[in-house]
Amino acid sequence: MKTKFLAPLAIFVLLAGFLAYGLTLNPREVPSPLVGKPAPEFTAPRLDAPEQSFRVSDMRGQVFLLNVWASWCVSCRQEHPLLVQLSRQGVVPVVGLNYKDERAAALQWLREGGDPYTTNVVDADGRIGIEYGVYGTPETFLIDQQGVIRYKHIGPMSPDVLRDVLLPKIAELSRG
Amino acid sequence: MIAELGHFALILALVLALVQAVVPMIGARGNRMALMAVGRPAARGHFLFLLVAYVCLTWVFIQSDFSVQLAASNSHSDTPLIYKITGVWGNHEGSLLLWALALSGWTVAVTVFSRHLPEAFMARVVGVLGWISAGFVSFTLFTSNPFDRLLPAAAQGRDLNPLLQDPGMIIHPPLLYMGYVGFSVAFAFAIAALLTGRLDAAWARWSRPWTTVAWVFLTAGIAVGSGWAYYELGWGGWWFWDPVENASFMPWLLGTALIHSLAVTEKRGAFRSWTVLLAIGAFSLSLLGTFLVRSGVITSVHAFATDPARGLYILALLVLVIGISLGLFAWRAPKLSGGGSFALLSRESSLLGNNVLLAVACFAVLLGTLYPLFLDALNMGKISVGPPYFEATFVPLMTPVVILMMIGPFVRWKGDDGARLGRMLWLSALASVIAGGAVAVAIDHVTWRSVLGLTLAAWVLIASVQLLRRRLGERPGAPVINRLRGIPAAWWGMWLAHLGIGVFVIGVTMVGSLEQDLDVKMREGQTTELAGYTFTFNGAQRFAGPNYDAETASVTVTRGDRRIAVLTPEKRVYRAQSMPMTEASIDVGPLRDVYVSLGDQVEPGAWIVSLHFRPFISWIWLGCILMGLGGIFAATDRRYRKLAERDATSPVGAAAQAG
Amino acid sequence: MVDHMRPVLAALALSLSATAFAAGEATPVAEDPALEARVIELSQTLRCLVCQNETIAASRAPLAVDLRNQVREQLAAGKSEEEVVDFLVGRYGDFVLYKPPFRASTVLLWLGPGALAILGIGWLSLRLRRRATESDTPELTADQRTQARQLLGEQDNESPPESRK
Repeated sequence: MKTKFLAPLAIFVLLAGFLAYGLTLNPREVPSPLVGKPAPEFTAPRLDAPEQSFRVSDMRGQVFLLNVWASWCVSCRQEHPLLVQLSRQGVVPVVGLNYKDERAAALQWLREGGDPYTTNVVDADGRIGIEYGVYGTPETFLIDQQGVIRYKHIGPMSPDVLRDVLLPKIAELSRG
Repeated sequence: MIAELGHFALILALVLALVQAVVPMIGARGNRMALMAVGRPAARGHFLFLLVAYVCLTWVFIQSDFSVQLAASNSHSDTPLIYKITGVWGNHEGSLLLWALALSGWTVAVTVFSRHLPEAFMARVVGVLGWISAGFVSFTLFTSNPFDRLLPAAAQGRDLNPLLQDPGMIIHPPLLYMGYVGFSVAFAFAIAALLTGRLDAAWARWSRPWTTVAWVFLTAGIAVGSGWAYYELGWGGWWFWDPVENASFMPWLLGTALIHSLAVTEKRGAFRSWTVLLAIGAFSLSLLGTFLVRSGVITSVHAFATDPARGLYILALLVLVIGISLGLFAWRAPKLSGGGSFALLSRESSLLGNNVLLAVACFAVLLGTLYPLFLDALNMGKISVGPPYFEATFVPLMTPVVILMMIGPFVRWKGDDGARLGRMLWLSALASVIAGGAVAVAIDHVTWRSVLGLTLAAWVLIASVQLLRRRLGERPGAPVINRLRGIPAAWWGMWLAHLGIGVFVIGVTMVGSLEQDLDVKMREGQTTELAGYTFTFNGAQRFAGPNYDAETASVTVTRGDRRIAVLTPEKRVYRAQSMPMTEASIDVGPLRDVYVSLGDQVEPGAWIVSLHFRPFISWIWLGCILMGLGGIFAATDRRYRKLAERDATSPVGAAAQAG
Repeated sequence: MVDHMRPVLAALALSLSATAFAAGEATPVAEDPALEARVIELSQTLRCLVCQNETIAASRAPLAVDLRNQVREQLAAGKSEEEVVDFLVGRYGDFVLYKPPFRASTVLLWLGPGALAILGIGWLSLRLRRRATESDTPELTADQRTQARQLLGEQDNESPPESRK
């Protein structure tokens, strides 16, 4: 058997391998280039007290989660109970970024589902979201004491991700 | 009840497919006529039961039986009847059934029109097709059953996706599937030839009409799909190099190479292993396309609801079919080498060059489509590959193909003289460059793309005229009408198809160079101008359709004093899912399209209106029509029918029958 | 009532007719057509991240509109196309570009087809040159030669083919 005639088969086997592995991937998930970089600074009005503003650098010295959410976001409902539970445990403060939302609707949502956020800020036109590379809610950023983004989770938070990825990372960062 | 009947018919179809797959192959191995003869009735029975299943599914949709999951998800009682019928293939499960039905239809056609072929060969062909049928029907039954019940039944369906409630939906999928699936015949012929170890000019002659007809269907299917996207999506685009579009284009590219390769194998007995590889490749790409669209590994507007579990099943099918065929190729192809020799400059080498370039172009499309997957799998980041890449790679690759396309027909078989060709063609080449440049200047759009496109188009047109004159000049003295009649259909086919490419290139180049777009906010009575046309907005009216509510605007288009058209773009909301959709209104003309679509009502009485000017865009569809017509001429050449008769009756034919 | 309104309306219409022509021109949505052309051209190479494969020029999704506005703002502020692209890539990664950047990881992508074309044509030329110098008739193996001789030997003793019908 001449080897050159085996070439098509060899190429196909390689291709099939990639395709098989591709079945486990999500082609629509966009990894963030901001991981490992400083969290973009912003100043935004607080949801509960719009005359007061909040800056990302206010959280310097703490490890915290920045959760991007909105009352119109269906998937956010999924993760909300988990966030409330997390806030009760007091492991890590959660800062909320209310993305392109109506203030009244947002406050109503928090009243109904509980408020897991230590602070909630308003990003009415989505500019802060663009700075953070937000493309769909909910998204959650893990930011360390120096204000560097350490991890980004896209989509609703799940107990698995919390348990296996976030909590260990938080513990690690808090130690170091 | 009907759904259960359809389900049962599908099961029977699978059983028959397995019979069709196994028994004739065993018969061919041992040269047992009785077993080989099972192939034809099994194939016909399989087709019959599939047809019953398909009709049952269609009946479920027509009757709006929402106790069947598929109907509940893809139909609605108010959906117009035609879209209840075509909605059957507007989803994963139903379209799979259509795929299987198309395959079965082609198989029956092969059994009907190939009676003169040797029994053992046909048994193998039918057997191979049976295996593929079995694969698809089993996939349908085990992972994508269209007859699954929804209990308790839904009170109302969710309606067919509004984008699919369109005449394009009526013709595009059937044409496309007939094309995709049609390449399975060439594939089965190739596998049968590899199995028997014999691949000769006769084999190529048998394969050609089947392959050409499949190619015609695929050309038509892609063209209709492109035209549909053009008027449906609302912004005048017609090709986006989307993964699913590419999935249909790749088999077309290899299919084109295959048609040309078969011509050489038939005439000169050369390229045999190359032809077989192309036949395997074209159908493999069809299967790959099926995988890409239904597995979720790529993102596309056209992709069906994705499910990795189903993707795994299709991948397994792919690996089996393609893996076995390529393995067979590696084993048997070395014995196929040989065939007539030919010079470095000859018709054969031109065609071979064409094949190599088309294959590379196909590879470029495949690479671009799958590269994001490759990088993601290797954890090397996530990228997107879109039109900028494809245009930068595909156009330079196709340029030599188009040039060669018009040199090839002038080159002699076996060997030719470069100087002679140069003398024949230099003037046409020069004229093309001048014409291309001149037109680019005339339209005031001189870019390397426009000059290249126009030069290539001019080359095709000028060389086509020259080719025809030469052909007519072969019988000097005879009346022109006799000379025209004397040219075989296959030659006209080649001539028309090549001309079609030239026309296509004109369309693409002119649209790309001269298109104009404008978005305006218009109130009743206001006017605006674009590309020399004046548009007057006459307000919008409410209108209630069968399953949608619409705002229909009226826009008068004039040019100077002449009234060109009154266009009526619409903004619809389909009630079932509250899904908004825009229906553009186009004034189609031979030299330009004037295209208007309606945006949002930003203030009461003030609408955003999108205007688009598309010069020569009809030439794109015309080019495709000419290509398809060329294919039809080529496939219906009398030679095939006459040779078929000769095969059946001559002693040579009898010997072949026994073999 | 309508009757005596008519002359009033006619008078109004006449007085407005001069301005009516001016009001008759629709306003383009874009304030600056030249800028807008640049915005659209750039947007046609940028991906809408929430869509199933669409550009931000074509998509009506809220994020697409936001990103288009960003592009417009930045271009209007005097940034170059490269700077706008860098801005977006810095936040969304290479995924947002429909024209993949030329990097070590994409060398194969950009150079692959061209290289393959050159290799293909080169290999073809070599094969064709070799083929042109080979003999016409295929070589027979020893077995095939014996077989052929046998057949020819047998055929001498049989009746001609026509009578075999």
